[in-house]
Amino acid sequence: MQRIGVFVCHCGTNIAATVDVKAVAEALSHEPGVVVSQDYQYMCSESGQELVKNAIKEHGLTGVVICSCSPRMHENTFRKAAASAGLNPYLVEIANIREQCSWIHKNIASATDKAVILGKAAVAKVHLNAPLTAGESPVVKRALVIGGGIAGIQTALDIAEAGFDVDIVEKEPTIGGKMAQIDKTFPTLDCAACILTPKMVEASQNERITIHSFSEVSDVKGFVGNFTVTIKKKARYVDETKCTGCGLCTEKCPMKKVPNEFNMGLDNRTAVYIPFAQAVPKVATIDPNYCMMLKNGKCGVCSKVCSVGAIDYKQTDRFIEQKYGAIVVATGFNPIKLDKYDEFAYSCCPDVVTSLELERLMNAAGPNGGTLLRPSDKTHPHTIVFVQCVGSRCDDEKGKPYCSKICCMYTAKHAMLIREKYPDTEVYVFYIDVRTPGKNFDEFYRRAVEQYNVHYIKGMVGKVTPKADGKIDVQASDLLSNEQLHINADMVVLAAAIEPDKTARPLATMLTTQMDTNDFFTEAHPKLRPVESATAGIFLSGACQGPKDIPETVAQASAAAAKAIGLLCKNSITCNPCVAHSDELMCNGCSACEKVCPYGAITYQDKEFRMPDRSTAIRRVASVNPAVCQGCGACTVACPSGAMDLNGFSNSQIMAEVDAICK
Amino acid sequence: MNKNEKDWIDITSGVNVRKCMRCGKCSATCPSYDEMEYHPHQFVYMVEKGDIEPLLNSVSLYKCLTCFACVERCPRGVEPAKVIEAVRLTAVRKQGNNHLLPDQIPDMLDDDLPQQAIVTAFRKYTK
Amino acid sequence: MQVNENFEPVIVAFCCNWCSYAGADLSGTNRLNYPANVKIIRVPCSCRVNPMFILRAFQRGADGVIICGCHPGDCHYTSGNYFTRRRITLLYSMLDFLGIERNRTRLEWVSAAEGAKFAAVMNQFVEDVKKLGPNRRLEDLRCRKQ
Repeated sequence: MQRIGVFVCHCGTNIAATVDVKAVAEALSHEPGVVVSQDYQYMCSESGQELVKNAIKEHGLTGVVICSCSPRMHENTFRKAAASAGLNPYLVEIANIREQCSWIHKNIASATDKAVILGKAAVAKVHLNAPLTAGESPVVKRALVIGGGIAGIQTALDIAEAGFDVDIVEKEPTIGGKMAQIDKTFPTLDCAACILTPKMVEASQNERITIHSFSEVSDVKGFVGNFTVTIKKKARYVDETKCTGCGLCTEKCPMKKVPNEFNMGLDNRTAVYIPFAQAVPKVATIDPNYCMMLKNGKCGVCSKVCSVGAIDYKQTDRFIEQKYGAIVVATGFNPIKLDKYDEFAYSCCPDVVTSLELERLMNAAGPNGGTLLRPSDKTHPHTIVFVQCVGSRCDDEKGKPYCSKICCMYTAKHAMLIREKYPDTEVYVFYIDVRTPGKNFDEFYRRAVEQYNVHYIKGMVGKVTPKADGKIDVQASDLLSNEQLHINADMVVLAAAIEPDKTARPLATMLTTQMDTNDFFTEAHPKLRPVESATAGIFLSGACQGPKDIPETVAQASAAAAKAIGLLCKNSITCNPCVAHSDELMCNGCSACEKVCPYGAITYQDKEFRMPDRSTAIRRVASVNPAVCQGCGACTVACPSGAMDLNGFSNSQIMAEVDAICK
Repeated sequence: MNKNEKDWIDITSGVNVRKCMRCGKCSATCPSYDEMEYHPHQFVYMVEKGDIEPLLNSVSLYKCLTCFACVERCPRGVEPAKVIEAVRLTAVRKQGNNHLLPDQIPDMLDDDLPQQAIVTAFRKYTK
Repeated sequence: MQVNENFEPVIVAFCCNWCSYAGADLSGTNRLNYPANVKIIRVPCSCRVNPMFILRAFQRGADGVIICGCHPGDCHYTSGNYFTRRRITLLYSMLDFLGIERNRTRLEWVSAAEGAKFAAVMNQFVEDVKKLGPNRRLEDLRCRKQ
C-alpha cells in the first residue's frame, strides 16, 4: 500500500491569496493512499524541505506530492530533498498551483477547486511512479574528427591540447582541405598557406593526433561516449611508414597527363603524386586510374627509383576499428558544378572560370606560377568580369536556395588583388546585393570600390558568349542606370555557390544525425546549441553545418572541440532515467518505433523466449539504449502493441492524471 | 480597380511576383531590351507594386517576343514572360469585344519584329 | 442549441515540457487570466500524447482537449511535433467520422515566449467549447462520478 505525503505551499501570499491552501491540504488528505497532508509558508525554504524530509522518515512515505510553483522551478530542489531523506527522487511529483493556478485566477473558490484537482492528478500519478535510477555509461577518452580541413585541424589541435587522443580521418591524400587551395584570405589579404601550413605541421607533429589520410569512415556503431568506428584506409600503393616524400618517383613517372585536382584541373600531374609541396603527410600516392603498372602491369619506374622501397603495387584497402567517446564532423564544402548554366558558357569556354579556379591561377604555386594569365592562350587579361550569386539564392533545381555567404567577400578580394597587381586591368563585378556583415568586412568591400576602382554594377549577367577573336561578350543588365550592357571581356569569373561535400549524406546516415534539405548537418538548437548535433556525442565543425568563412569556421571548430572536451573529461555520463523502454513480451518486432526515433536509440535484437507450451522461440524485439534515448516519447505512441512506454511519463500515469482531472 | 487588376494579373499569369529578388537577370538576357520602354524586371516590379496603368499603355507589351529567355534564366522561377503576357491580356480584354478592328492592324505591324502574335501563341501552347 | 450560461466545461490541456508548459508558466508569471476550467498535464513532448489519451479524456467526461507543442521546426526533440501534427490530423478525421464536433479537440503551437498567446488560446478554446455545450456523445456514463 502506498503511503503518500502531500505538502501544500503558501508561497507567502503568492498562492495563499487566491487559493485556500488549508482547504486544499484538507481535501487531498482524503485521497487514497495519502497519509499526511500539510501546508507551509515556504515549502522550498530550508525548513520547508526539512518538513518534507521529516515526514518521509516519520511516515515511511512511498511518494511525495508538492503543491507549489512550476516544476520547472523547484522540481530538482524537492527531488534532492527526497533523496537525502532516503526516498527515490523520482517518487516526487509537483502540482503546479502557482503559475498555472493562483496567478491566473482571481476567484478564490474556483482557484481552490482547480488546485485540489491538480493535486489529485499529482496524487493519482505518484501512485504509479516507479523508483528510477539514472544509469551511467563510461566514456572512451578518444575523439574522432572526420575531415582534415581547417575546421578538422583546429578541432583536433584543441582537443589534443586538452590532453585527449584525436584521430583525423581525411579522404584526400593530404590534410589541408579547401584552405590549402586558397591564395589569399580576406579581409587581411595574408597568404592562406602561410597561416595554414604551420597548423598542418603542428597537427602532424602532435603526438596525441593520429592522421588517417586517404581514408574514409565506413561504419559507425555505438552511442555517446562509446562509438565504435570502422575506418577504411584506401590503398595508396605506397607504404606510408617508409616513404620520405622525396618526390623522386613523381619526377620520373612517365604518366604525366593526369588532371591535377589540387589545381582544379588547370594543369597536369603524374600518376604517382604528392598533391602539393607542403602536403601532410608528405607521402606519395599512386592514382590507380592512371598508373600503367596498376592498369596493365607494364612500367614499375617508381618502384625502381624509390630508394627506400616504399612502393607496393599489391597494397589493398585496409580496415581498422577504433573506439571513440566523441565524434566531430568537419566534412566541409565544395563549389557546385556549373555545367547546367549554359548561359555562362562555363563548359565551352576555358576563360570562364570559377572563383576557386581563379585562386589557383593567381597562386604562386599554381599552374602559372602566380601570374594571372588566361587559361586559353596564356595572355594577360585586361577586362575581367565577376558574376556573383551563380547558383546561390536560386529557387530552381539548378542552384541552391541559400546564400553562400563567402562569395561577396572573396570576389571583393579577387577584384582588389587583380587591381593591385595589374592596374591596367578593368574589373567589373555584377552583384544582386553585396552582403558583407563581419568585422572589417564592409570596409574591405568599400576599399575595393573606393581605392581600387573596381566597377560594382547592380545587376546580373544574362548571357556570356565566347567570340571568334578570343574575347568574351558579356551581356548584362545595369539596374541602376536601367540599361543593358555588353562588355567585351577577356575573362569571366563565376562565384559558384557552395554545397556540402557529397560524402556528408551517407555519413549522416551512419551517425544517425540529421541534415536539412540542402545536406547541411542540422545543429541541436539553431541559437543555443550551434555546434552539437541532435545526436549526443556528435559535434559539428565548419562548413558542413552551413556556409562559413575561415574565421567563423575556426571559431566553430574550437567551439566543437570545447564541447567534445567537455564530454571526454567525464569518466562516465549520467543518463536521464526518464527514457523509453520496451516490454519484450508485448513487442511484436514491427519496427514502427525504430522509424520515428530521432536519435537512433532503438535497435532490434533476436531473443529467445519460452513459450506457454514450454518450447522456446526466437523473436525479434525492440530494445532501447538508455544512453542514447532522450525521452521524447514518440515511439510510445507509434508502438501498435503498447510494448513501448516512457519512464516518468508512462501511459498509465498520464491516463491516471486524465482521469483525476475529468472526474 | 487597380487592386483588381493586380489580382487578375496574378491569377492569369500564375506567377508569384513576390519571389523576385531583383537581380535583373531577366533584363540582362532579354533580346528585345533596347526596344522596350519598360523592361522585364520592371514589369515584375511594377506588377508587384500594383503600378499597372503605365504598363497597360506602354508599347513594351507588344515588344516582348515571348522567347522565354527570362523564364529560362530567372534564378527564382518568377517567369517574367508570363507576367508580360498577363498584362498584355489585361490590356486586350479592357478594350471589350472590339479590341482589334481590321483597319487598325496595318498601323500596328512592325516589320522589324517577327509576327509576335503567332510566335506568342506557339510558345504559349507548347510550353 | 441552447447555450447554458452556467455550463463549466472540463478542459484537459497537454503541454510539452519545453515550449508550451513554459509558455503556460509565463502567462502565469505575467498574471494573464484564462478560465480555471483548463487543467494542464505536462508531457515531455507533444508527440508523447497518444490519441488514446484524448479519447480517454472524452470518455471520462472532458468537454474539450487541447494539445500544445513547440512551433514546427522548434521541437526540442527535432521532429516530435511533426509526428503530433500527423497523428492529430488522423484523429480529427476519426472524430469527424464518429460525429464528434471538431472544435472539441485542438492542436496549437505555443512557444516558451508566448505567454500571451497561451492565455488567448485558452480563452478562445474555453469559449468555443462552452458554445458546443457538454460532451455527451463520447462520455461514458459508467465513468461519471455521482
